[in-house]
Amino acid sequence: MEQTNKELPLEYQTHQDRMTILAFWIFLGAEIALFSTLFATYLVLEHRTAGMFSAKQLFEAPKVMMMTFLLLTSSFTCGVAIWYMRRNNAKQLIGWMLVTLLLGAGFLYMEIAEFTHYVHEGATIQTSAFLSSFFVLTGTHGAHVTLGICWALSILYQVMKNGITTTTARKVFIIGLYWHFLDVVWIFLFTLVYVKGMVG
Amino acid sequence: MHEKFPWSHVFGFLLSIVLTCMTIWIGLYTNFSHSFILYLIVGLAFVQAFLQLFMFMHMTEGEDGKMKTANIFYGIFVAVIVVLGSLFTMSFGM
Repeated sequence: MEQTNKELPLEYQTHQDRMTILAFWIFLGAEIALFSTLFATYLVLEHRTAGMFSAKQLFEAPKVMMMTFLLLTSSFTCGVAIWYMRRNNAKQLIGWMLVTLLLGAGFLYMEIAEFTHYVHEGATIQTSAFLSSFFVLTGTHGAHVTLGICWALSILYQVMKNGITTTTARKVFIIGLYWHFLDVVWIFLFTLVYVKGMVG
Repeated sequence: MHEKFPWSHVFGFLLSIVLTCMTIWIGLYTNFSHSFILYLIVGLAFVQAFLQLFMFMHMTEGEDGKMKTANIFYGIFVAVIVVLGSLFTMSFGM
């Protein structure tokens, strides 16, 4: 039987779970490196528009603000969910996580609508180097959000089935880290792609 | 442990909203030079990223806190070199 330290929050009580959480932080470090390569590509190519759509012509401030607020709020509600988990309140944990995922789905809906709109205008991934790198960078983030929603739902199912245990607490804590991290990536997308693009 | 609601999270959330609005305001409604705007908004983005890492993700907590923090800072170091290095070789001076 593995030693447990009851003083710590559930997700940190066993040595194995502490190591799993540490490993996830190392994964997040690799994710920073992954996104940095896509950001570098985008920033090098952002003015190579082939005389077609520029960032300034495409981006619309109100929609970008809306997407940002959806994701910022979801990061907050996710934090609240973890806070309730540490107080052993499964009902509040599931409720706040569901709100988080709904906000994430709202963000995803707006992003897909945005991409569809661009493609209908004729601004596709094949139009210019700017648009290729734009769709790859924002699309990679969107794919992460999609994966996060599916992953979180499967873990919420486990919480409903087994309650808050050291194992489910560790899983919820890790999906929480992942979700906050996606918000961190979005802050840089918002700043370096959208706001920078609208400045010109 | 005695609080009824995570007020520190509410504070962090409000702060991130304020920072986002500042970024939009500086970007779209001021007449600073482009490079000055860029320095300001990238600075604000880093402030907001650290806010998430420290206030929401509790990066420094636990016995591995220092290792997690060192790993993330190394990730940021790699990211900055990759981005600025690419811009330096491909774009600067053009």
